[in-house]
Amino acid sequence: MRYLLMICTDETSIEALSPAEGEAMLAEYGAFREEMTSRGVLEGGERLRPTTVATTVRIRDGEVLTADGPFAETKEQVGGYFLADCRDLDEAIEVAAKIPAARLGTIEVRPIWEM
Amino acid sequence: MIRTTGDWDLAEECAQDAFARALERWGRDGVPRNPGAWLTTTARNQAYDRLRRAKTGAAKQREAAMDAMNDASSESDRSSSDDRLRLIFTCCHPALSLEAQVALTLRTLAGLTTAEIARAFLVPEPTMAKRLVRAKAKIRNAGIPYRVPPDHQLPERTVAVLAVLYLLFNEGYGASEGGDLIRQSLCDEAIQLTRTLARLMPDEPEVVGLLALMILHDARRLARVDESGELVPLEEQDRGSWDSLAVSEGTALLDAALRRGEPGPYQVQAAIAACHVTATDPVDTDWSEIAQLYDRLVEMMPTPVVALNRAVAVAMADGPTAGLVLLDALEDSVLSSYYLLPATRADLLRRLGRDAEASDAYCAAIELAPTDAERRYLSRRLTDVTHQ
Repeated sequence: MRYLLMICTDETSIEALSPAEGEAMLAEYGAFREEMTSRGVLEGGERLRPTTVATTVRIRDGEVLTADGPFAETKEQVGGYFLADCRDLDEAIEVAAKIPAARLGTIEVRPIWEM
Repeated sequence: MIRTTGDWDLAEECAQDAFARALERWGRDGVPRNPGAWLTTTARNQAYDRLRRAKTGAAKQREAAMDAMNDASSESDRSSSDDRLRLIFTCCHPALSLEAQVALTLRTLAGLTTAEIARAFLVPEPTMAKRLVRAKAKIRNAGIPYRVPPDHQLPERTVAVLAVLYLLFNEGYGASEGGDLIRQSLCDEAIQLTRTLARLMPDEPEVVGLLALMILHDARRLARVDESGELVPLEEQDRGSWDSLAVSEGTALLDAALRRGEPGPYQVQAAIAACHVTATDPVDTDWSEIAQLYDRLVEMMPTPVVALNRAVAVAMADGPTAGLVLLDALEDSVLSSYYLLPATRADLLRRLGRDAEASDAYCAAIELAPTDAERRYLSRRLTDVTHQ
């Protein structure tokens, strides 16, 4: 089963990391990717730039409306994702628990709706 | 190999397999130029094959779980206790909300109706129906596996299961609908499942504590209702009809659990039950001890129902006025639709001779009482205070 693992953290606390802490975290992400890729569970994943550079797009009454910022104000924001193909939810949870941001924020594990 | 598959056992298995194939193949075709690489590749492909098959297997298992959930009846089948354990751990998976876990287990393993489960949780029936539908959808669509958790997860997963079994027993002990006060099969079901769990986890004192608690309650089963189906209060029960073997087993189990020195809510409740069942006469009941045990229990489980029971114990130990003071604090809680709150208030007022107030409280309790037996009991008490 495929799952989207959404990495939700408070952007301001990520920004507050020192360069050394930031690099250490990146290295952890590297190790995570390597392990999960060779396990055959990782189908993709990217880091996202903060919501301060996000843009929303809506069509209302035939008009394209764009605005600055995320679609909703939340305490934690989506900072990245991984797409995982796992045996079951327990494996997805185990994978999610190894994402470095799990210690700071929240990983939402959402099943892909296969069409 | 372990980094590739992330799984010690699988890696070892596949390596063995690869060697076996190598011996076979090389015997036939000769040794390849890079035997090490051949072995690693073969082993790795084996592993991927197995994982792929495991995924399909898991999907099939989930279908089996769904079928099991839809077919599961309340009939106790001793030979399929493993299946029942798989089901209960699945129903109690932490990815489900606690309410969903309890509801699903009651529905699936005990076959309670949605209405019965709704009453146990003091919520409306449509709310409970929706909860069950969502829970099953979550298991299917989120891929919750149908299995007993691996060893390293077993302790934490057990806490959830114990909560479910506790509620299951309570439902059987004081049935929610119709004229029957006690649904024997549910109590047996709960005890049987808890015994199995205790066998599986002999070092978990709370599992043993819960088992002790159930057995000590169950020991009084025959005395709780008289021949005409009327509820017999604790102080009027024929203690001779209490199952002394069950009492012995229950107290022995409790002692064994307490010796571990890790007290918990079930062990404390079992200790309270032990205070009752070891008193040969109601006047010998050590209410001070019971009140003190409730003080500990309230710390561990600060719920309105526990607070209510503590008020009763305090009333017995220190007099009805002391109990009424504690009840006043519970007036605006979720207990507002729970019949035992006005029933307890009524009883304490009756003991103080405040009959008019007691009468009002009994009427309120009768409105909320869930079974005929309890309504009749309360009506008799009402007659006592209105005839004075």
